[in-house]
Amino acid sequence: MQLDYFRLIDRVVALDLEARTIVVEAHVPEKHTIFEGHFPGFPIMPGVLLTESMAQSSGWLILGVLKFERMPFLAIIKEAKMRGFVSPGQVLTLEAKLEHEGSGFAVTKVKGRVGKDLKCSAELTFGLSPFPDPAFRVHMDAVANQIGFPLQAIAP
Amino acid sequence: MSSTFDQIANIIAETCDIPRDTIKPESHAIDDLGIDSLDFLDIAFAIDKAFGIKMPLEKWTQEVNDGKATTEQYFVLKNLADRIDELVAAKNAGTGTGS
Repeated sequence: MQLDYFRLIDRVVALDLEARTIVVEAHVPEKHTIFEGHFPGFPIMPGVLLTESMAQSSGWLILGVLKFERMPFLAIIKEAKMRGFVSPGQVLTLEAKLEHEGSGFAVTKVKGRVGKDLKCSAELTFGLSPFPDPAFRVHMDAVANQIGFPLQAIAP
Repeated sequence: MSSTFDQIANIIAETCDIPRDTIKPESHAIDDLGIDSLDFLDIAFAIDKAFGIKMPLEKWTQEVNDGKATTEQYFVLKNLADRIDELVAAKNAGTGTGS
């Protein structure tokens, strides 16, 4: 995780376009100023960041399914549950499944685990829009390469 | 078995917390019921799931923006029910959803 850049996903572990699922990993940093305030003597990942991690996992899945033709923007968070603490240094594994691809929107269900322990889950809805700026699209390609997104899987 | 309109009205009532008895076939989803675009995403998801279709919202929106259709054709609920029935019929006939 690069919390300062709001990049919460480190690596794509698996992308299955047929099953419309993705598995990603996110390494929670050992140290960050966020943990100084959240909380003193008891550092844990804020629920909003776990939710954003789930959103970014889902976002990469949707980008893959749509072959990067549309950008998903988080619109609705439902049933977000923070089921356990996630601490500095832990590895969060997130699994997202595309539940529905509608006209102009997509819905995912996503779960985050540390080891076998379920830590968070949610149902997320995204609006799908054309990339608003070509530089944005180029940036997403670069990030995709950095996190090991299997671009060959979406090649025509 | 409830009508398409009844199913839509129930979905709207539940999704948007609007009293069911205020939702009429003549109600305009936007102008009368005050449903905004975000709530409509939720409604569209529920309708797509309930009827096994993909409502072509983007196509409809484009038609309205291009002046080829009015919002009433798609967002007055009795008309929306007709559109959904058409989509279900097309799906059952194997001719797609027209998205």
